[in-house]
Amino acid sequence: MKASVIVFPGSNCDRDAAVALQAAMGAAPAMVWHGDSELPKSDLIVLPGGFSYGDYLRSGAMAAHSPVMREVVARAKAGTPVLGICNGFQVLTESGLLPGVLMRNATLRFICKDMLLKVVRNDTRFASHYETGEVIRIPVAHKDGCYFADEGTLDRLEGENRVAFRYCEASGAVTEAANPNGSCRNIAGIYNETGTVLGMMPHPERLIEPVLSGTDGAKMFSSLVERLH
Amino acid sequence: MSGAARAAREAETLSDALIAEHGINAEEYARLLKELGREPTLTELGVFSVMWSEHCSYKSSRVWLKTLPTTGPQVIQGPGENAGVVDLGDDQAAVFKMESHNHPSYIEPYQGAATGVGGIMRDVFTMGARPVANMNALRFGAPDHPKTRHLLSGVVSGIGDYGNCMGVPTIGGETNFDARYNDNILVNAMCVGLVDANRIFTSAAKGVGLPVVYVGSKTGRDGIHGATMASAEFDDASEEKRPTVQVGDPFTEKLLLEACLELMNEDAIVAIQDMGAAGLTSSSVEMADKGGVGIDLNLDRVPCREEAMTAYEMLLSESQERMLMVLKPGAEPIAKRIFTKWELDFAVIGETTDTGNFVVRHDGVVQADIPLPALAHAAPLYERPWVARDPLPLIAPDDVKAPESILGALECLMGSAHLSSRRWIYEQYDHMVMADTVQRPGGDAGVVRVHGTDKGLAVSCDVTPRYCAADPFEGAKQAVAECWRNITATGAKPLGITDCLNFGNPERPEIMGEFVRAVEGMGEACTVLDFPVVSGNVSLYNETNGGAIPPTPAVGGVGLIADIAHMAGMGLRQDGDVLLLLGTKTGHLGQSTYMQVMEDRLEGAPPPVDLAAEKCAGDLVRSLIASDAVTAVHDVSDGGLLVAIAEMALAGNRGVQLEAPPEGLPAHAAWFGEDQARYVIAVPADDVDAVGAAASAAGVPVRVLGTVEGDSIALPGETPLALTALKAAHEGWMPRFMA
Repeated sequence: MKASVIVFPGSNCDRDAAVALQAAMGAAPAMVWHGDSELPKSDLIVLPGGFSYGDYLRSGAMAAHSPVMREVVARAKAGTPVLGICNGFQVLTESGLLPGVLMRNATLRFICKDMLLKVVRNDTRFASHYETGEVIRIPVAHKDGCYFADEGTLDRLEGENRVAFRYCEASGAVTEAANPNGSCRNIAGIYNETGTVLGMMPHPERLIEPVLSGTDGAKMFSSLVERLH
Repeated sequence: MSGAARAAREAETLSDALIAEHGINAEEYARLLKELGREPTLTELGVFSVMWSEHCSYKSSRVWLKTLPTTGPQVIQGPGENAGVVDLGDDQAAVFKMESHNHPSYIEPYQGAATGVGGIMRDVFTMGARPVANMNALRFGAPDHPKTRHLLSGVVSGIGDYGNCMGVPTIGGETNFDARYNDNILVNAMCVGLVDANRIFTSAAKGVGLPVVYVGSKTGRDGIHGATMASAEFDDASEEKRPTVQVGDPFTEKLLLEACLELMNEDAIVAIQDMGAAGLTSSSVEMADKGGVGIDLNLDRVPCREEAMTAYEMLLSESQERMLMVLKPGAEPIAKRIFTKWELDFAVIGETTDTGNFVVRHDGVVQADIPLPALAHAAPLYERPWVARDPLPLIAPDDVKAPESILGALECLMGSAHLSSRRWIYEQYDHMVMADTVQRPGGDAGVVRVHGTDKGLAVSCDVTPRYCAADPFEGAKQAVAECWRNITATGAKPLGITDCLNFGNPERPEIMGEFVRAVEGMGEACTVLDFPVVSGNVSLYNETNGGAIPPTPAVGGVGLIADIAHMAGMGLRQDGDVLLLLGTKTGHLGQSTYMQVMEDRLEGAPPPVDLAAEKCAGDLVRSLIASDAVTAVHDVSDGGLLVAIAEMALAGNRGVQLEAPPEGLPAHAAWFGEDQARYVIAVPADDVDAVGAAASAAGVPVRVLGTVEGDSIALPGETPLALTALKAAHEGWMPRFMA
């Protein structure tokens, strides 16, 4: 399996994503600079977290127009799996690969903490090592993580089973109290129509070893490796 | 000032008022004339003003700072560079420093705090290190002061936005509230970086005819005379100084970090220095002086973002995210290519010379020509008069009223402004980015793994201002000892400290006395604990209308965990474990949190620090952790023994059944006294005897406190305090306060 991590000016979770991929794949991913219009042949493209272009204008808005994103969009449309984490999710919505938008958190404050997520479906290459309905623990770290879309879009996402994760309680109950940022319907991550593009605010790359206090994130990368190799 | 007014100012002769406005007194001006051999130009006056400011010259503090211990086999670089460096073995080293940004943060909390964080990170990556952990030590006024919430909210948001964007985890810190900080808050930021020990960059510009290169952001008019502002007291008009506060751009700093580290991989840099306080002036003077060369600058080439900037303004601007480098001959093209890739300004603005002078040209005119020694070494040095205060009396335990119930008092303390959880703050900081944080905020020390290894760096920031206010000598000893203890409690070997010495006006003998005694106390503790000072910063004149802050010598320490598989945390891990107290107990309630919260008074002497006992107890704890003999460790500090136990219970979400304290002390003194040199450890029941024997052999008193069990804190004769209630009290205060 070959993976590529896109590096924008201001990306700061690119190394963390590379470490998680390396641990799962046993080989280093290619680190691709935003100004390159060439993208190596990739079985997986990762858009990492951070503050691409300082989040000026809107989070992810300027990165969506960088040279490499034209190629990323083309590959995604041709079926190459794309994982956008945090700022990467924002880039995916800004570039039109996923619907909706990530707005300022309802609290207006940055929030960094472990969150409990309900796995809505496991029949994708990203989530096959989780159980449907399983509650997993993955941290968030963002100021602009409030997922918003109009009611019609939200209904369509749910109707097409495209919600990937929802913020939930330990019991799995999806409640307002479990929602850290005001996201519509507690949405933490969504898929595109084909289930090949996943955008999510939580950071699976941060919990991949017991010493980091959890391994729930590692299953996403092991799932990808098993399904894509 | 308008352009016309500025021009008029250039033309006028230097009046006494203008000289005084630059913070230079008559005696200093006479010294300046003697050094220069003529009247200075206005630009030169500005240069002297910042270089001779307290902030840059340490003129009041230097004679005392020299007494601190700064050496040891682990020290690679002591004070005098951008940051200190300690050896981590395996050709790796930790680079760290703490710095104040107090004055700007009071005037404009968001930008003041943000640029403080930006500045300290630049100090670290200037030396070639990648920043891997940030911390901060914050002091605010009384919670009920009308400005406190506004200042706290702005400072935390500013620190968070800057560090979060940089992608450097903020792994801990401390926050105090005290009415004596109402008009002078303290924002002290610390950064720790990792570097290859054989590839450390310094600021000595050795060599003549080398290109001097400016990189980073453009220069604007922000922050002009920031260093001078930080060297004067506040009065009611201080908020008019807002324009001197710099504006931060963490995105540019992130690019600057990556560009600098990329260039450092090439054989291109002779010397590098960030433009912090006193900007271009201080950085170029320091580099030339340390290299033993002269320097010529042509300001026509400085990238500016504002029109018609004068030499005076360019030299004194504190615009952020800028660096000055001296390159090897012919290295300009590769450097330029890298900085252009990162979309940063790059300009050759001068060269090193053999004149020994600091020469500045602008618009074809020499605006300044000053012998470097006059700026760097002839700065005034004051042995300011000082008086030590009389010691305060020891308070007997019986002179402090007992509470109605011990557990009721515990709930009160844990839910107070002073001891409540700081979660509201640290959850606004990304503390997990870089995916090496192995102990998150809220424990004794933050710990990050040394990337790609099994080693860990433990970092802690400490000082107890109320102790220092009562006795600067014992208080400063305690600050060092508590930092050493916090690092030890993770299992790390303490390696060294950076200090941030925050005081009032040193021209007042009683304030100078606080400074002197605090430095003496720190020195003694650092010597006994083998915990040398490798970097630091002094912030004086923290007073408003004659009211000074409590002496606040903040200590930031770094320690090394050889293998994070053998690391301790404070959370209780298994039922049935036995809790042991290591250390003695005298029930010292003077200056205690108990006295402060329950009786609304702070009186008497602070707890004395027995450094020999500290050393014995700490060395024992470290060996117990290394041999996996303990399941949890926590140092005893604010709030005393019962608060320490409660914090361990909450962190592990496990209850404890405690025994009654031994006879001889009032119960509240036993549970809430703040005696030093103590740890609480949890030990599997089968190992209690062995641990007891090890403690006896080490000469450390040991006593059984109780057992880990249930879901409450239970004491004989009292209704148990449920962990859920304790947690609600502990977690509730700050969100309610900030709501």
